Amino acid sequence: MEIAFYLAAAVAVISTMMSVTNPNPVHALLYLIVSLLAVAMVFFSIGAPFAGILEIIVYAGAIMVLFVFVVMMLNLGRATIEQEKRWLRWQAWIGPSALSLVLLFELVRVLHPIGGDKHMVGYGTIGAREVGMALFGPYLLAVELASMLLLAALVAAFHLGRHED
Amino acid sequence: MLRTGPLHAARAAMITWFSNHPEVVDAIIASLKALVLLFGSVIVAAMLIWVERRLLGVWQDRYGPNRVGPFGLGQVVADMIKIFFKEDWMPPFVDKPAFLIAPLVAMTTMMMAFVLVPVAPGWNVAGDLNIGVLLFFALAGLAVYAVMLGGWSSNSKYALLGGLRSAAQMLSYEVFMGVALMGVVMETGSFAVNDIIAYQGAHHWFILTQFFGFCTFALAAVATTHRHPFDLPEAEQELAAGYHTEYSGMKFGMFFVAEYVGVVVVSGLLTTLYFGGWHGPGAESHAWLGFIYFFIKTFIFIMLFILLRGALPRPRYDQVMAGGWKFCLPLALVNMLVTGAVILANQGG
Repeated sequence: MEIAFYLAAAVAVISTMMSVTNPNPVHALLYLIVSLLAVAMVFFSIGAPFAGILEIIVYAGAIMVLFVFVVMMLNLGRATIEQEKRWLRWQAWIGPSALSLVLLFELVRVLHPIGGDKHMVGYGTIGAREVGMALFGPYLLAVELASMLLLAALVAAFHLGRHED
Repeated sequence: MLRTGPLHAARAAMITWFSNHPEVVDAIIASLKALVLLFGSVIVAAMLIWVERRLLGVWQDRYGPNRVGPFGLGQVVADMIKIFFKEDWMPPFVDKPAFLIAPLVAMTTMMMAFVLVPVAPGWNVAGDLNIGVLLFFALAGLAVYAVMLGGWSSNSKYALLGGLRSAAQMLSYEVFMGVALMGVVMETGSFAVNDIIAYQGAHHWFILTQFFGFCTFALAAVATTHRHPFDLPEAEQELAAGYHTEYSGMKFGMFFVAEYVGVVVVSGLLTTLYFGGWHGPGAESHAWLGFIYFFIKTFIFIMLFILLRGALPRPRYDQVMAGGWKFCLPLALVNMLVTGAVILANQGG
């Protein structure tokens, strides 16, 4: 499964780069969808099928549909593509690249600690049962807090969408 | 003897190699089964073009296509030849990459969903997949991109309106489709399709205990295939042909066949999840009997799909959304809560 992991990871990295650099908003979103599917494949290959399929259902299937929906509604056209091309100059890359390099260095150090144990991955399959046990066992408080946050968002959305009579 | 000698030796060597590697043989047999299922589903989907027109004819007191071949069966071949040889014209104003990808997405997502449907004992591709039915939600979610991309990339108002409607419709049914199915998963204790079928064989069909779950899931399933009465994205009377207005030739054909493959897949899933799949008297010992049961049950659902088209008017855009959020979602939630309560009570008692 290691080959599958590296292939999927490569696809994820490349498609994410393409989604940043592509001046056409809908094409960029398509690359982002491919990237999310590749990340789901990474989850599958390291033995977390439930997380992988949720990644597809929630992110690639539901959230990205909303993104594409909004971009389609705006229907930006050629003027935006030209504007986007003008914004994507090489000077714009310096700051983010430098900051990301710091993070990359830290990530590599975490994955390959000097003289320490390497973190093993894929030692077993973590399915829906294990995820459920974890969420409603030790992490119950976090689940409840998240549900409160979502309730607040729901009330706010209802308030915003209310018709003025 | 001289000619057959080395051949015999090669054959013997091959046989010993295959008997030493049973996993290769298993893989070959599984691939062949998968191919048979794939082509079977596509052929059935193509036949549905004829079945639908004949059945609509019967219900609307007319003949339907009855000229080509016996019972008009040659109509399928004629339509196929016509669609293969039509000019595959791409309008100059479309967004080419997205325009090309859209029909491919429509076709592949719906055909991939067929891996979940066991047509007979031992005849399926992903029956023991531990995420099981969740795969269908993932594919149903991705199938929406076909319509949205087709609508957007066509660069015409009718197509765009179809794509937008599709997105809005998808958001209103996707949520309660998942919730509706959870009752079945809770009773079985597994997402895997084979476990769901085995549970129904040992206990009862889920239509008995999950009636409201079935009603809501069936509604969402019809909406997934964009069939009437949920064909708002292509509503002929108002949007020309909706998202595939600009498509022609084989690209339109792919959208067209994908819709029928969707009908087959969804009917098969409804049979599998709520009506015992291939289970029936004597099906455990004779696999072919199981296939016949499955075929009959699935065909009844396919006919229901067609009857819906012949019988119901199309609801308005906002009516679909209101029905999804205000009626189906609460019903599915209540169904899930009651199922959970009953399971808990049975465990405690």
